[in-house]
Amino acid sequence: MLKKLKVGWFSFSCSEDSTIIFTELLNSHYQKWKNEIDFRSILVMQKKEDVDNLDVAFIEGAITSVLQEEKLKSIRRKAKKLVAVGSCAIIGMPSVQRNMFDEKIKSELSPFLIRFAYLDKVKKISDVVMVDDMVPGCPMNEEVFLKVINKYLCEFGITNKQK
Amino acid sequence: MHTFDLKIDEISKIEGKGSLFVKVKNNRITDFKFSITEFKRFYTQAIKGKDIISIPQLCARICGTCSNAHLLCAIKAAENALGIIPSRQTILLRQLVNYGLNIRDHALHLYVFVLPDIFGIDNVLELDEKNPYEHQILHDVFTVKAAGNLLGKAIGGRSVHAPFLTIGGFIKLPLPSEFDSIIMELEKSRSAVIRLINIFTKCGFKLERDINYIAMIDESYSFLSGEIHSSNGEKFTEENFGQYLDHIVIPYSQASGYKFSGKVHMIGAIARMNLGKNKLNERTKKDTSDALELFPSKNIFHNNLAQAIEILHAIDSSIDILKVLKIEKEKPPLIIRKKGTGIGVIEAPRGTLYYKLDVDENGKVVKGEIVVPTGQNQIGIEKSLYQFFSENLDKNKKFLENEAEKIIRSYDPCMSCASHFLKVQWT
Repeated sequence: MLKKLKVGWFSFSCSEDSTIIFTELLNSHYQKWKNEIDFRSILVMQKKEDVDNLDVAFIEGAITSVLQEEKLKSIRRKAKKLVAVGSCAIIGMPSVQRNMFDEKIKSELSPFLIRFAYLDKVKKISDVVMVDDMVPGCPMNEEVFLKVINKYLCEFGITNKQK
Repeated sequence: MHTFDLKIDEISKIEGKGSLFVKVKNNRITDFKFSITEFKRFYTQAIKGKDIISIPQLCARICGTCSNAHLLCAIKAAENALGIIPSRQTILLRQLVNYGLNIRDHALHLYVFVLPDIFGIDNVLELDEKNPYEHQILHDVFTVKAAGNLLGKAIGGRSVHAPFLTIGGFIKLPLPSEFDSIIMELEKSRSAVIRLINIFTKCGFKLERDINYIAMIDESYSFLSGEIHSSNGEKFTEENFGQYLDHIVIPYSQASGYKFSGKVHMIGAIARMNLGKNKLNERTKKDTSDALELFPSKNIFHNNLAQAIEILHAIDSSIDILKVLKIEKEKPPLIIRKKGTGIGVIEAPRGTLYYKLDVDENGKVVKGEIVVPTGQNQIGIEKSLYQFFSENLDKNKKFLENEAEKIIRSYDPCMSCASHFLKVQWT
């Protein structure tokens, strides 16, 4: 059986615009990727999930809650490489806009935030775990994403050279 | 006697995060919660104090998949607040962007989220490429999605968060030299979409709900203008639509629910098809006559079929526009900031989307109200699930879980949209 890159795609607080761009990239790249990539987790496309021993975890969105923070740390422990994808993951915006609210609005929101165990402040991914690579953009820049994928396909010995 | 707990923490193959909890004791449902678990990003608070020009592109970030619907609706509300009337060319270009959105978005839902349920597989990439029929369908998945993506990119600059659209017009106009190749790609995808319509016409999934359907309909089924119609026979102007929406706090869900005039309603493609199928593109009507016979329908799974028909309508309507559209040099008008209130209503892929923006004399947003389709359908989803469970408590948990996910998917909920804001009213 051919060796494939074990990939997981995870979304936290964001519009999931990069997920949509990823599903559109499949239109033209699926025929190649089906022989190279093993999609271990991508909730928007499949129910099956195996997040142990991932080669690369792509992380979209900012971290808003205690549970999200724990989940992200768990993914980091299981993935050899972790890539922050899109603006919310890399710089937090626009999901971190809550951090800039004035005290009046913050106090109005407070009971809700406590009820659903929100973090006091929204965090970008590198505030929580070590990030190996980034794909900037809102939504993510397709060309940069393809470069990152090709880099890891090469690095993990799936393909011989970067394309 | 059946006693069990069923919990689906993360429903798969939908946009965003949702969960379901069901508790059954001695053949009786004792607890039942459908929750939107996507964490809020507080857009209606965040837009306060910002310049009106920045609002459409910021609000597009509420949602990835239907971002262009938010963009178009926010622009409409802003133009109504500022008294700006878009040109005929702008209206047609916006229709093209919206048709591109509907092709791409419905195709994602039907092919990637729903089709695995019909084929009994986990994901669409598991279709057997050695089987000629499944090979063809897998090819169709990418052909149709790519056609919508191409249209969105060519007219709007990108299929997600289209950068060329702004208040008053387009900051960059499309190249007419690209129109012939877009028409060709759209024509190529027609046969794939007709195959998709046949799949959903023959699909036996059924859950009937006697419910009020609401949709905005115009003469060309454009999604972007018209009056609000209900299956009870009522009509409303878009300016008055918000008055009939009752905000409902759902304490266990991150998102608010809505009723229409105090009753549960359903919006989306099935509502549009039930109320406006005679307004579809003539070519679409000719090629989908058997499928159209099924409407008006009370079967919520026919929302999938209605979306498939809408893909064909969007393709045919786009071809009609592209064949005759001459692009004139136009720039968006200079914005004169003034105090005002603007309401925008459009039919987003998942149903009626409502924006109301209050702007001060300096063009800053004082207050914004946004009601999204999934918020309006949230109570209906829970009630549909409850109806299904009530009638099937004797079935095994695996079956119940699978069927529950199918019911939720039939509504095509978008949790990112639904959890964009907060109205604090619960205790």
